[in-house]
Amino acid sequence: MMLKAVILIGGPQKGTRFRPLSLDVPKPLFPVAGLPMVQHHIEACASVPDIREILLLGYFPAQQLQQFVADMIAAYKIRIRYLQEYQALGTAGGIYHFRDQISSGNPDAFFVLNGDVCGDFPLQEILNFHTSLSTPSLITIMGTEATRQQSTMYGCIVEDKETHQILHYVEKPSTFVSNLINCGVYICSPDIFKRVGEIFNSRQDFYSCEDSEGTESIQLEQDILMPIAGTGQAYVYTTDRWWSQIKTAGSAIYANRHYLQLYHKTKNERLAVNGPDKPTIIGDVYIHPTATVDPSALLGPNVSVGKNAVIGAGVRIRESIILGNTTIQEHSCVLYTVVGWNSTVGAWTRLEGTPCDPNPNKPFAKMDNVPLFNAEGKLNPSITILGCNVTVPSEVIVLNSIVLPYKDLPRSYKNEIIL
Amino acid sequence: MGFGGKDLTLGNMKALILVGGYGTRLRPLTLSRPKPLVEFANKPIVLHQIEALVAAGVTQVVLAVSYHAEQMEQELAQEAQKLGIRITFSLEEEPLGTAGPIKLAQSILASNDEPFFVLNSDVICDFPFTQMVKFHKQHGREGTIVVTKVEEPSKYGVVIYDETGKIDRFVEKPQEFVSNKINAGMYIFNPSVLKRIECRPMSIEKEVFPYMAGDGQLYAQELHGFWMDIGQPKDFLTGMCLFLNSCKLNNSAKLYKGPGVVGNVLVDSSAKIGKNCRIGPNVTIGPDVVIEDGVCIKRCTILRGATIRSHTWLENCIIGWKCIVGQWVRMENVSVLGEDVIVKDELYVNGGMVLPHKSIGASVLEPKIIM
Repeated sequence: MMLKAVILIGGPQKGTRFRPLSLDVPKPLFPVAGLPMVQHHIEACASVPDIREILLLGYFPAQQLQQFVADMIAAYKIRIRYLQEYQALGTAGGIYHFRDQISSGNPDAFFVLNGDVCGDFPLQEILNFHTSLSTPSLITIMGTEATRQQSTMYGCIVEDKETHQILHYVEKPSTFVSNLINCGVYICSPDIFKRVGEIFNSRQDFYSCEDSEGTESIQLEQDILMPIAGTGQAYVYTTDRWWSQIKTAGSAIYANRHYLQLYHKTKNERLAVNGPDKPTIIGDVYIHPTATVDPSALLGPNVSVGKNAVIGAGVRIRESIILGNTTIQEHSCVLYTVVGWNSTVGAWTRLEGTPCDPNPNKPFAKMDNVPLFNAEGKLNPSITILGCNVTVPSEVIVLNSIVLPYKDLPRSYKNEIIL
Repeated sequence: MGFGGKDLTLGNMKALILVGGYGTRLRPLTLSRPKPLVEFANKPIVLHQIEALVAAGVTQVVLAVSYHAEQMEQELAQEAQKLGIRITFSLEEEPLGTAGPIKLAQSILASNDEPFFVLNSDVICDFPFTQMVKFHKQHGREGTIVVTKVEEPSKYGVVIYDETGKIDRFVEKPQEFVSNKINAGMYIFNPSVLKRIECRPMSIEKEVFPYMAGDGQLYAQELHGFWMDIGQPKDFLTGMCLFLNSCKLNNSAKLYKGPGVVGNVLVDSSAKIGKNCRIGPNVTIGPDVVIEDGVCIKRCTILRGATIRSHTWLENCIIGWKCIVGQWVRMENVSVLGEDVIVKDELYVNGGMVLPHKSIGASVLEPKIIM
């Protein structure tokens, strides 16, 4: 069997809710648990033996991804290419536009993964399910259970409980439809291009009198899944493994924690361990080999420390991401915070955010993508984010605040966005 | 109503300290210890006053209290012995205000012809008692009150007096500037003043002083140096800064010198300070306090037996007796911990007033009282 994988990474106009972290680096390259977000997708794909090629599809300028793609090829010894859309083509539009590249070599099927989800992707299981079906599936969706209340924020799937055929599909309904939701991970049979082509051509007619730009923007969810649902050609594979969207910057901390946890299964060597002349580690911590962490520091749980970062004596870090070339001076305390590249944090300073984790008391609860501001126009408490090249003086507190890049903070801040 | 024993040391000066009630403004500290015994700069507030009185020739001090406090009576009895003076308690059955207690203690205060002192118990300054006696005897009238300069006189009652010090009148909360001198809460009177006072709730400021001034019997003496009413936590800390600064000028040997110390710092010899700390400016560390490594403390009082764990940062706090403040804690903005409070690791306490024997397990983001 020969398979390919397509990872939809979007473009600069996407992922704005991830700002300010996506101001300096394309969102798919933002490091979570020490690896660029989309590398976790690549790693999951590379672990499926039949996947021979990975295609990254998006509309970021090619030079922003060149180095990353080269690094990935070197790391995973697999064909990886970046296919750049000339404009935003929509999730299915891009796949259709590059159908020749996807179809070349006659793959038996291809995976499609949204770049802005994270999780413990059961790709082999999805493949096994997809290929074992008695009636062929054009598209098999990875689904998971959500709470009744949260399900309407996602694509909702109604399945035949016996056959797992999709009876009905609707994107973000205004009323409750089903608590089985679309995870943005699919496996498609190459025959799907025929269906997409038909839809594409019908839209061409429909839009011919209008401005021609939008015609190629086809959404996989609304334009493909909705019409295929109920025809017996779409299936759902339900998983209860960890899965989440990464929409807001706050979700980076949540994703970081879960990816670190996944390292226990397969990549134990990435997790920091306790030892003489080493910092004290609690729980899951990733420290880049080039980072310098003072032995008197206390890190964890759920901390990632990036390339060439310097963590001073007596520093405490918990539930946070420290990006490359950042310095945290002695005795400082960093909780639920993302510290951007090349930032400096003084001594005895406290950076603290508020976690926005899923409700632990509700089974199947997902993260709420809370808006920045509440109904009274006040900033909702969320994780604290320092953009790149931010300087925080000694002995201050930065609480529940978002600091844009290249700022020298003169004092303490609480519940503020610092432009 | 009674006195704690017979007075056998006639012929010397007497003083009355107006202690009054439960010291509610200095809670949560006063929930564990009567206000006069709360340590200011490592010494009970009232001992600052008593020691200065003794130095000026006082041999008997009466504490006017409106509640019975066994602990205070025992502790001060020991202090009296050390100082070789008598300390007695005058218990009001109902609060008698600022003048009534003077009448209540008449038998002691008027037992000889010497003038006697009357003090508010919340006042901290370089006590000018010797100069008061001198000035008072010089002008020869019935009373002398100490006045001090304030920045915002409109918040207080101000005192108007001539160049000899003779008081003309008092103006309560003046809307237009008439004077920047206020009553500093320290007086010296001839025993004849007792004729003006009745044994009932009575205000010395409103019901005695205006009449004395009207009779030309009241003089003002200006205070030099700092002055603070330390009756509430914010002012307690400000008073501490002023006191330590005064120490530096007058008695700098009392101040602590050591690695990591910045500015004026007072440390009891039994306290332990770890490595890589930065203590000061304006910090008082009490007996048996343990400051672990990497702690930063500014403008705080740490009371007896408290422990501050590693890497913690404190500014503008009063840490009560036997408290334990965890690692990587940040406390600021006039936070006050009552006795035996535990603050768990990595918390932030912003203006928290914490009652005794509490364990704090969550950050206090905005100023509030933790019951």
